[in-house]
Amino acid sequence: MTPESETDQQYNFAYLDEQTKRMIRRALLKAVAIPGYQVPFAGREMPMPYGWGTGGIQVTAAILRRDDTLKVIDQGADDTTNAVSIRKFFKRVAGIATTEKTREATIIQTRHRIPETPLEDGQIIVFQVPIPEPLRFLEPRETETRKMHALEEYGLMHVKLYEDIARHGHIATTYAYPVKVAGRYIMDPSPTPKFDNPKMNRTPALQLFGAGREKRIYAIPPYTEVVSLDFEDHPFEVQKWDRPCALCGATESFLDEVIMDDQGTRMFVCSDTDHCEKRRGEGHVGPAQEAAE
Amino acid sequence: MYVAVKGGERAIDNAHGLMAEDRRGDPEVAELTIPQIREQMKLAVDRVMTEGSVFDRDLAALAIKQARGDLIEAAFLIRAYRTTLTRFGASLPVDTGKMKIDRRISAAFKDIPGGQVLGPTFDYTHRLLDFKLAAEGGEAPMALPVDADGETAPHVLDLLAAEGLVETPGMANDDAAPADITREAPEYPMDREARLQSLARGDEGYLLALAYSTQRGYGRTHPFAGEIRLGRVSVEFMPEELGFPVEIGEIELTECNMINQFKGSKAMPPQFTRGYGVAFGHGERKAMAMALVDRSLRSEELGEEITAPAQDQEFVLSHCDNVQATGFLEHLKLPHYVDFQSELELVRRMRGEAAE
Amino acid sequence: MSATQTLLSVTGLTKHYGAHLGCADVSFDLYPGEVVGIVGESGSGKTTLLNCLAGRLAPDEGRVQYTDRLGDSMDVHAMSESRRRFLMRTDWAFVHQNPRDGLRMAVSAGGNVGERLMAVGARHYGDIRSQAIDWLDKTEVDVGRVDDRPDTFSGGMQQRLQIARNLVTGPRLVFMDEPTGGLDVSVQARLLDLLRRLVAEMGLSAIIVTHDLAVARLLSHRLMVMRRGHVVEQGLTDQVLDDPQHAYTQLLVSSVLQP
Repeated sequence: MTPESETDQQYNFAYLDEQTKRMIRRALLKAVAIPGYQVPFAGREMPMPYGWGTGGIQVTAAILRRDDTLKVIDQGADDTTNAVSIRKFFKRVAGIATTEKTREATIIQTRHRIPETPLEDGQIIVFQVPIPEPLRFLEPRETETRKMHALEEYGLMHVKLYEDIARHGHIATTYAYPVKVAGRYIMDPSPTPKFDNPKMNRTPALQLFGAGREKRIYAIPPYTEVVSLDFEDHPFEVQKWDRPCALCGATESFLDEVIMDDQGTRMFVCSDTDHCEKRRGEGHVGPAQEAAE
Repeated sequence: MYVAVKGGERAIDNAHGLMAEDRRGDPEVAELTIPQIREQMKLAVDRVMTEGSVFDRDLAALAIKQARGDLIEAAFLIRAYRTTLTRFGASLPVDTGKMKIDRRISAAFKDIPGGQVLGPTFDYTHRLLDFKLAAEGGEAPMALPVDADGETAPHVLDLLAAEGLVETPGMANDDAAPADITREAPEYPMDREARLQSLARGDEGYLLALAYSTQRGYGRTHPFAGEIRLGRVSVEFMPEELGFPVEIGEIELTECNMINQFKGSKAMPPQFTRGYGVAFGHGERKAMAMALVDRSLRSEELGEEITAPAQDQEFVLSHCDNVQATGFLEHLKLPHYVDFQSELELVRRMRGEAAE
Repeated sequence: MSATQTLLSVTGLTKHYGAHLGCADVSFDLYPGEVVGIVGESGSGKTTLLNCLAGRLAPDEGRVQYTDRLGDSMDVHAMSESRRRFLMRTDWAFVHQNPRDGLRMAVSAGGNVGERLMAVGARHYGDIRSQAIDWLDKTEVDVGRVDDRPDTFSGGMQQRLQIARNLVTGPRLVFMDEPTGGLDVSVQARLLDLLRRLVAEMGLSAIIVTHDLAVARLLSHRLMVMRRGHVVEQGLTDQVLDDPQHAYTQLLVSSVLQP
């Protein structure tokens, strides 16, 4: 654990006052009780800009305990600038232990990815959500979308998928791919790639979603059914790459494309840096590594 | 080797260092002091207080200094600070009828009880650069005899309201706790109390543009500047354990009451209606723009057809906060390469299919 | 009395807009397979009445009772919004005067027709698409344009598409608000033919608001003549138009039918 001296004593543990944490916990309880339903909450102004994870940060702050171990990732990586910034914030205002290893974390705050290492019972994953409303780009009005959810009027969502297939021959949504939670609410999984959607289904971990600017919290309790929308004759499918990770040789992980030089040489590597390192530690080798040796 | 995402921590530290250096500028030039900003950049300080929702000139001045003069960034600093403040309760409604007036004009009447008081205003200046100001060490301007030194005057619109020609303002329900947009998630349709709060901390430029659009015909409201007043009002707080109000200080406010023509509806006879605007310190443009937008947002209540952006409360209110807007806009600078990768893969595939 | 159950039973329907009267004390029954026309000049309260009947507007007084396929009778204005919306996408259909109000202009023709199918649970793309194409064909919309957006269609085509979108789920009752308004005369004639054919083939019941007595005569079995919010005369279409009893109907018939 980080020594107390490094913790900023000017602020309450985890920055938010206890009153605010209680308010957020109440919203979280409601969210867990109604899987996929967006619970309005009185989001606070945080010392980070809106759109930079203030929703996730507030959720994490509300559930954080002194003995928690926190992992923060952005784009799957622990070392991206915003992940670093958020991890530093919690170290400073809560003095908790942090880790880059998915297995060791009790809470994982994420933007845009779910780790490749399967989550376990007792772990909590907190998603940062920019636009929580899956119907927003079909219907801009909150008054109308809330009614659509209440009445379970989701035909329009399938119209969008129909249009994709009519135009492109397949569904052309690649991230923030809508899901139906526990057979009731249609939910935005946050802008994770659809590659990660299957990981949300029946996971033993608790999944919490915080949208700070839009002031909404929602949740998927452990072992809950999460189904990606599709058609019977055009079933949901995830992205695939025709090559393995250049570093660790993984064939089942989400790969980032890295441009290596101005000739356009490209390398494909795991977006989940912890996963990639773990595999390399276990002796797995990718084509780039082989070439170097 | 692969280093693209590594080194985030050091990069951030370096960026902070560079920013501090840039803030200070040329060390040969004297450093700005908080009192200098507070006293000589008054309108910037006032705007930061209004949009930051904290009345504290020194904090606002500090925020402006720290933000290198970026007023939205300064308002953001104030808001983030505001979150950490202990909350004691709500003050009693301030009585702007008892305002100690420094400026007060009505464009609807030639003369008004209490008189027109021009006060400190750009209004009739010629916008010629004053090169004398470029020379430092000039003498402080002489204090002029003041038109109205802290006298009070009745609200102009109250005089018309007595005749029933203009609507009487809706009175806040004293028993009910006031709405608080910082403690409750917005819910639409939003009542006027919460709407006014949102507009009061809303971005001045945004409200200005919306108000201007109504003047140009996108939801006309036929406004007259009924009264604009600037001055000081006392703030009273009633501690529960005491049971009587205690004056806790004085704040400067700008208040605008617009008078708008109204043809009447099935529920109301023809009369003038009002739009209301208010700002901390001296913020006339803000208060006027807010008053026009407030009136536009009353279209539904008054049975008017809703056709223009300024009349659409979900549109106006969910986009008026510049701290929210700037955060979401600037978050585009955060890495999005996972999503971009997904789209790249899709576009490649579709191009491949198209070529077949 | 006949043993046939009414589809819609309307009693004492009244709607005011402040001091202005929308419609007053309207009562009538609609039987399965019957087409009723509501005629009158603009401002007579036809559209207000139609909106009250279809549950889109709450009346001040009166009841609209609907009997569903199972023979269960329900109060249209007392039912929950979710139930009413469900009716709107299953048993009922509403054809607007302006196709823009009844179509999604940014969605392809196929998507427009398919929406109702998806709204009631259809999840097979191929089936949805073939049903959409089938309905485009039935409504004489070029099936080659299934993937085109309706904003590239002519007014008459848009209106036929709106009809296809409404009829695809096999509703029992169709509300139509001036379905041929705003169209050229030749286009109108084709649309009227189509409507008449579909109504007959599907055994649809319909309530059609129109200011055009020729449209009313062609489509409806019965007529209600409205003036200033009141029904001044009702009866079999031929009877009302050939032998009008009320002075206002006489005026209406003489000014429109006889040049």
